[in-house]
Amino acid sequence: MMSATTEPGPGARLDHDHFALFGLPPRFQQDRGAIDHVWRELQAKVHPDRYAAGSPTERRIAMQWASRVNEAHRVLRSPLLRARYLCELAGQPVQDENNTAMAPAFLMQQLEWREAIEAARQAADAAAFERIETELGDARRALVATVAQALDGEPRDLPAAVARVREWMFLERLLEEIDTHRP
Amino acid sequence: MALLQISEPGMSPAPHQRRLAVGIDLGTTHSLVAAVRSGAAEVLRDADGQALLPSVVRYLPGGEVRIGRPALQALASDPHNTVASVKRFMGRGSQEFSAERTGYDIVDGEGMMRLRTVQGEVSPVEVSAQILAKLRQLAEDVLGDDLVGAVITVPAYFDDAQRQATKDAARLAGLNVLRLLNEPTAAAIAYGLDHAAEGVYAVYDLGGGTFDISILRLAKGVFEVVATGGDTALGGDDFDTAIVDWLQQEHGLASLTAVERRGLQVAARQARERLTDAPSAEFIFQAGGRELAATLDREQFARLGQALVQRTLATVRRALRDADLAIDDVQGVVMVGGATRMPLVREAVGGVFGREPLINLDPDEVVALGAAMQANLLAGNTSPGDDWLLLDVIPLSLGLETMGGLVEKVIARNTTIPVARAQEFTTFKDGQTAMAIHVVQGERELVADCRSLARFELRDIPPMVAGAARIEVTFQVDADGLLSVTAREQSSGAEASIQVKPSYGLSDDEVTRMLSDGMCSAEADMKARGLREQQVEARRLIEAIRAALAVDGDLLDAAERGTVETALLELADLAEGDDADRIRERIESVSAATDSFAARRMDRSIRAALRGRNLDELA
Repeated sequence: MMSATTEPGPGARLDHDHFALFGLPPRFQQDRGAIDHVWRELQAKVHPDRYAAGSPTERRIAMQWASRVNEAHRVLRSPLLRARYLCELAGQPVQDENNTAMAPAFLMQQLEWREAIEAARQAADAAAFERIETELGDARRALVATVAQALDGEPRDLPAAVARVREWMFLERLLEEIDTHRP
Repeated sequence: MALLQISEPGMSPAPHQRRLAVGIDLGTTHSLVAAVRSGAAEVLRDADGQALLPSVVRYLPGGEVRIGRPALQALASDPHNTVASVKRFMGRGSQEFSAERTGYDIVDGEGMMRLRTVQGEVSPVEVSAQILAKLRQLAEDVLGDDLVGAVITVPAYFDDAQRQATKDAARLAGLNVLRLLNEPTAAAIAYGLDHAAEGVYAVYDLGGGTFDISILRLAKGVFEVVATGGDTALGGDDFDTAIVDWLQQEHGLASLTAVERRGLQVAARQARERLTDAPSAEFIFQAGGRELAATLDREQFARLGQALVQRTLATVRRALRDADLAIDDVQGVVMVGGATRMPLVREAVGGVFGREPLINLDPDEVVALGAAMQANLLAGNTSPGDDWLLLDVIPLSLGLETMGGLVEKVIARNTTIPVARAQEFTTFKDGQTAMAIHVVQGERELVADCRSLARFELRDIPPMVAGAARIEVTFQVDADGLLSVTAREQSSGAEASIQVKPSYGLSDDEVTRMLSDGMCSAEADMKARGLREQQVEARRLIEAIRAALAVDGDLLDAAERGTVETALLELADLAEGDDADRIRERIESVSAATDSFAARRMDRSIRAALRGRNLDELA
């Protein structure tokens, strides 16, 4: 059985950041099993069902805590959300809506993928979808490695992390499109 | 594996008494109640030894109401006053049903549709409350005491309005709802605890009127729902309707009277049920004033039901995709619901998963049994170490209407509950002082394609240029899957907030009125019950706080502790009296007075969980 790797601070609080709440080091590389394990351990303590016989106050506080723990779990377990969250914690939100500046090369590449998906969709070509998906998967793997290096490396390269995370988000959107349009 | 040996308030079973709590499966076709007795869950039977109560309510002239079997017998002969499959109407508007297809006299009601009967208009909530009250009576007769509460099951795919309606029905029936529990999750509890199952399981639940698929990860002590999907308007009834449509075509029956249609529907169900064990079924029915005969064999039925089965399988595949799992990851498929007895369904499900579905628990009883186990847990009757944790999800995405009738999703489907999520919005006109907030549920991008849950207005926004206001809208979904929404303007420091309930839900006032109208009990009885409930609640609170003090009393200084002790003594005193209102007031004030104590205890508990299992390290 594993246990939390770092000691939590003077006390877990509702306003702690997700990593502190889960007693995990604030870095990109994480063990998914460890995240899930802490999640279940925390829920075992705070879930409202544990307080079904408690006072209304206890039930309300339990619901707030359980919501808080679930939100932290949602963010921590997803590599993309975790990366975005790390940028945000470091004071550089990815600002996906307001700042859409991208490297021209990536934009071109992105345009090509989009056209390929459209063509595959019109031809209802399952094999083409398969090919694009493999290509996107490879591109994503490469991006994730770069993000990991930028966030966890010494020194941390925050501007690079933000730029790559933004590209990563585009890739995820394309992968979603493939899922919806696949014949 | 026990995580931590801290006992929680109210979790330690009171040595002197068990709290009676039941699980109720409120089904489309029939309903049943179960309870944990001497350590094992069992369904409760009426004097005739029957566990299944047909979910049928008949309203007779003069105020008499018949529930269950006697009502079922009148289903064909008195179609307008005999309500069956009412679950389909829960939380639904009248425009969603055609009177011709349902055979009822449907009228518009505020928020929810109503049915016109000889006793006037009744809402689906009231009809369901009759069924629940009948089951409550049965449970109290069999168990010999009042119930502290009940876990009521709902289809996992029920939306907020349908859940709210179910909870309202339970309150109307005088039941304290410990929890709304998703049916497939309840089945997984019953199955998992029974078989010490570990790994990923799928629960395929095809009932009389609803279909659910849930993918769960079972580990010792944890039932985690990974994804769920379904259709709240697809069940055994639809297979019957397919048979009826086929007969109409075969025999050239253009139109049927309400009585004939109902008779045909009943005959179709009987034929379908006979096909479970026989290769073909013959039946006789009345139509167009004639008596006709027909034969239905398995091949023909397979053709009729094919499209319906395929619809369920498409949902199964989507749930697996949502769970990010492949067919091979699934260790077993548990079949739930009477309609899964159809060989057609079993073969199709077995084919998709490449394995025989598990049918060793009675598909009619398994949901109620799981609900009973959860009720027993929530009532505090299990000892630490023997307990388990249930992590369920929200079945449908929740969002808000934005410009152009588009939906902005705030909480995605399959998010673990409870969950709270805040999103910021802004004004689009200069000097705008109010904002209309429209809450919707569903997966589609257009508001028009989603279900509208609630509308409210945030007022008193200080006038600013467009885009300057910062309005934070917070969605909170509780462990029952029920939503509340708060909106707050914060750019100027001026705050306004509002709490909404879905438009289909009954207000507390309405429930109180309906209760005092004596729908389920005489008034004197209600009053006595009300007092007893407050007394039980007071003792429960005292016990909970005493248990908390015993473990974490050191979190309070002497003065704080003195205040709490005094408040408890006063409450104990009041609880001996007969003033229900004063007891309720004091319960609230004691509860508020222990607010910060509860918060400090939770902090300590979390810290302990994070520190690992070593209690000695606790500061």
